[in-house]
Amino acid sequence: MGERIGIEVSQAIAEAAMLADVDVVAAYPITPQTHIVEHLAELVADGDLDAEYIPVESEHSAMSACLGAAATGARTFTATAGQGLELMHEVLYVASAMQLPVIMAVANRALSSPLNVWGDQSDLMSVRDTGWIQIVAANGQEALDNVICAFAIGEDRRVLLPVMVHVDGFFLTHVIEPVIMPDREEVRAFLPPNDYPLPLDPERPVSMGAFAPPILYPETKKAQDVKLWASREVILEHWERFGKAFGRHYGPVQSYRTEGARTLLVTMGSISETASAAVDKMRDAGKDVGLVQLRLWRPFPFAELRSAVREADLLVVVDRAISFGGPGGPMCSEIRAALFHEEKRPRVTGFVAGLGGRDVTVAGFEAMVARGTEIAETGIEAEYETYGVRE
Amino acid sequence: MSRNEGDITWKDIEIGAIVTEPGNTAEYRTGDWRSQAPTYGFDKCIKCGLCQMFCPEGCIEQNAEGYFVANMFWCKGCGICARECPTGVIMMVEESE
Repeated sequence: MGERIGIEVSQAIAEAAMLADVDVVAAYPITPQTHIVEHLAELVADGDLDAEYIPVESEHSAMSACLGAAATGARTFTATAGQGLELMHEVLYVASAMQLPVIMAVANRALSSPLNVWGDQSDLMSVRDTGWIQIVAANGQEALDNVICAFAIGEDRRVLLPVMVHVDGFFLTHVIEPVIMPDREEVRAFLPPNDYPLPLDPERPVSMGAFAPPILYPETKKAQDVKLWASREVILEHWERFGKAFGRHYGPVQSYRTEGARTLLVTMGSISETASAAVDKMRDAGKDVGLVQLRLWRPFPFAELRSAVREADLLVVVDRAISFGGPGGPMCSEIRAALFHEEKRPRVTGFVAGLGGRDVTVAGFEAMVARGTEIAETGIEAEYETYGVRE
Repeated sequence: MSRNEGDITWKDIEIGAIVTEPGNTAEYRTGDWRSQAPTYGFDKCIKCGLCQMFCPEGCIEQNAEGYFVANMFWCKGCGICARECPTGVIMMVEESE
């Protein structure tokens, strides 16, 4: 049985990769992800984890080395954040298109400039179209559990796709939380060995990443998109299996106190925990407010989201990222699009908040609910508003 | 590729678009990139083989009479063979549709 311990979330993520018995780690340290790869280096150096640890000169190289490792059929893990994820960017597309199940923890961080190492989800949104499965954790336990699930999901022969597990930088990575740490045997029972079907093998030569002219490229992209959509059912299956094995249940969308709620906050990542405290407070004050937390960002959980907000009149969507000169928060615009064809649509108000590590507090959520209500009632035309920025 | 690329559907794409048939680049017709084709006046040809050595496509073969001739399935019409030929045997001419 697992043990309840206090541990920094970064270290818990590294230990999850150890429990998954990864074969190769290729990583470059960057704040706020550094503790993850530092701890993995320790685990390898101390002999607790029998893996190749490849120190590389950049994140571009880290992901490239991971591709090579995964192509041999090795269980492969890396981690990065913010600028590091940006430097990896082109290789991310290669990982998903070549269907190499690299598992990566991303410590969400704001993007330069100005230089800012703190947590927001600008980096997460910048890679949403790279074809990776993206799971967003709200706390340390979710992060740890989903790193383990990510191996099961990504390496499943019906999926064979890379998976990012997102954890908000500092808000999660540098916080010591109580988590239930599974033991090796439990994880081994849950996680079958990686069995990549077409590894690099001199006995059975293959060419990976070959070129495709216009007569073939669209077919490859359709095949890739269908694969990512098809992963949805497999993700649910592994989450269910995980729930049965470990007693902790995950779904693509998590509802909190939504019974009879006319107004719903919608969040993703660590601010969901603060938002739940705000919901408690507003419920105590007699307001019918609930919370919907997105956990699966790609593939986007259309059905679960529509079902979760069906009874609401107003959504207050809080994004920790901005699409400059566009529809505002990326999550808000995708939610609006997802609801456009519904017969009964809630009013969707969008707020951009908490950029660059600015705290979003309980009072902040209360204020955004109040402002969202005002926008809905008065019919103010606003694609989105920024919250908490000094005028 | 055992069949025409234009017949391959998205359902036929291998995992990760991996190519499982070694050496099938030879089935890729690069000849249709060509706008000019080499023509030969073999009476001046000294059979030196420089054209074959310079051909970036590696598509020039020596025929039974010992002359060097580009294979039009792969020849992209770059004209390097004509440029390098020391006796001016090769002339590049526009290909008609």
